[in-house]
Amino acid sequence: MSKEEKKVNRRDFLFTASYTVGAVGVGAVIWPMIDQMNPDKAQQALATTEVDISNIEPGKSITVLWRGKPVFLKRRTPEEIAEARAVNMDDLPDPQKDEDRVKEGKDEWLVMLGVCTHLGCVPLKDKGDFNGWFCPCHGSHYDVSGRIRKGPAPTNMEIPKFEFVNSNTIKIG
Amino acid sequence: MSEQEYTPKSKAGKWFNDRLPLLTLGAHLTDYPTPKNLNYWWTFGGILTFCLITQIVTGIVLAMHYVAHADLAFASVEHIMRDVNYGWLIRYIHSNGASMFFLAVYIHIFRSLFYGSYKSPREVIWIIGLMIYLLMMAAAFMGYVLPWGQMSFWGATVITNLFSAIPLVGDSITTWLWGAYSVDNPTLNRFFSLHYLIPFLILGLVVLHIWALHVPGNNNPVGIDIKKPSKDTVPFHPYITIKDAFALLVFMIIFAGFVFFTPNVLGHSDNYIPANPLVTPAHIVPEWYLLPFYAILRSVPDKLGGVILMFSAIFILFVLPWLDTSKVRSAVFRPIYRQFFWILVIDVLMLGYVGAMPAEGIYLVLARVGTIYYFLHFIVVMPVVGYLEKTDPIPMSISEPVLTGGAEPSLARKINDKV
Repeated sequence: MSKEEKKVNRRDFLFTASYTVGAVGVGAVIWPMIDQMNPDKAQQALATTEVDISNIEPGKSITVLWRGKPVFLKRRTPEEIAEARAVNMDDLPDPQKDEDRVKEGKDEWLVMLGVCTHLGCVPLKDKGDFNGWFCPCHGSHYDVSGRIRKGPAPTNMEIPKFEFVNSNTIKIG
Repeated sequence: MSEQEYTPKSKAGKWFNDRLPLLTLGAHLTDYPTPKNLNYWWTFGGILTFCLITQIVTGIVLAMHYVAHADLAFASVEHIMRDVNYGWLIRYIHSNGASMFFLAVYIHIFRSLFYGSYKSPREVIWIIGLMIYLLMMAAAFMGYVLPWGQMSFWGATVITNLFSAIPLVGDSITTWLWGAYSVDNPTLNRFFSLHYLIPFLILGLVVLHIWALHVPGNNNPVGIDIKKPSKDTVPFHPYITIKDAFALLVFMIIFAGFVFFTPNVLGHSDNYIPANPLVTPAHIVPEWYLLPFYAILRSVPDKLGGVILMFSAIFILFVLPWLDTSKVRSAVFRPIYRQFFWILVIDVLMLGYVGAMPAEGIYLVLARVGTIYYFLHFIVVMPVVGYLEKTDPIPMSISEPVLTGGAEPSLARKINDKV
């Protein structure tokens, strides 16, 4: 019995070794086939957008395209900022302070992805129950800070990485 | 499968058949013993084969003129409609063909549900059929994206975003599906590639579906096992082929009615507006055949929950053969289940209706009631009714009720139970 076992073990080792090498080989071939579907270099090259904001009046907003997605740039009035900051955190499904959604000292500028966090539609501005945005697809309501207040969307509208290049230009991405 | 050996008559035929028994297969398909009581609900298998071939042929032709690029796709579809010889006809056949395909497949599925065709020993046929149905939905969804209109773009956005509900890896998966950071040219390109591939996968599964069918043979309206060949069967050709052909003709008249008189009635006018990533149409609705699932998705006030429930609504069908506890196949002999069957039909139609309506007020209430019943039907009604229901006596053979006037059916049932 023990002799036979030894023989079997030797063969087992060869099988296991072959299967392992085979699996690594298959994996090495499969990964490029999967990864080719990820964003290519041309897509990644579009990763930043610079926007001139000198013409935006208080209370107005513009929409620009960044990585194929709309970005809302809103210059908020002092009243709107005050309204956003007066909200009780307990009323928010995804609690986040308005201060954390803007750059310090540039509180009037709200820069966020204009993409509903439910299923990706573009919300309409100045609509909905909270003076902010309303998504027509499945009825999510956002407030003046772009935070989710009512509806199926799970989180606030996303704030992309951005910076002020100078007082008139914002770089997104 | 076929018991009797087949020998081709001609020498050349025999020579070839000895090397590749295609003629034996042909003879099997011709003589294949079929229950003699198959009604018109059984003609949809043939109709579906016709639909698949129509989609493949028209699709290959359309691909000769279509350009899968975000800047050119919309214009190339209009080019097909206006400039290509008979392009309008081919495209309308293809777009309405998708709807006709789903119409036929839904009738085919509900036929199976009514007559218990998914039950032992036909579970594998049923599961392969569901895989075909899943691939059909994928193909239809990707095909709808190709014209790159507003509904194409936003439908694609909403559906691909379903995957972003998956915890942790959701966003990476969505980006991977897009090949970009939103639905964009790479998305269109790969959808075209897959849209071209899937029909051939379906074709392969159809072969397996029919192969699996030919092992136990057809179920029938009475739902009993029959001896093959016997007094209860007729050869597939010419009896079934001629019946299928007649049903197909009627189906083609309806099909042609859509193509020639109301080619856009099942589509959405917003898809004649080129895709615009900055503006979402006011009402995003999927094509009619996906509406019941869309209603289920929207009935849940939670993103992940809605997605899970929607996929469950399809995947629960895979375990249906094991959820149904009744020994009797056909609903003809199941007085209680029969009523629940029709409630399910109404339920699914209602879900389809509310799926097309805005998700608010009474529609939301109806969607929730409909969703709850949908799941109750499979998880509770089917196992419990199958267990408690007193079924009507089933005949011993298909011929019996005709030849004996149904005398002593209870006796017949006892004998049948033993067999």
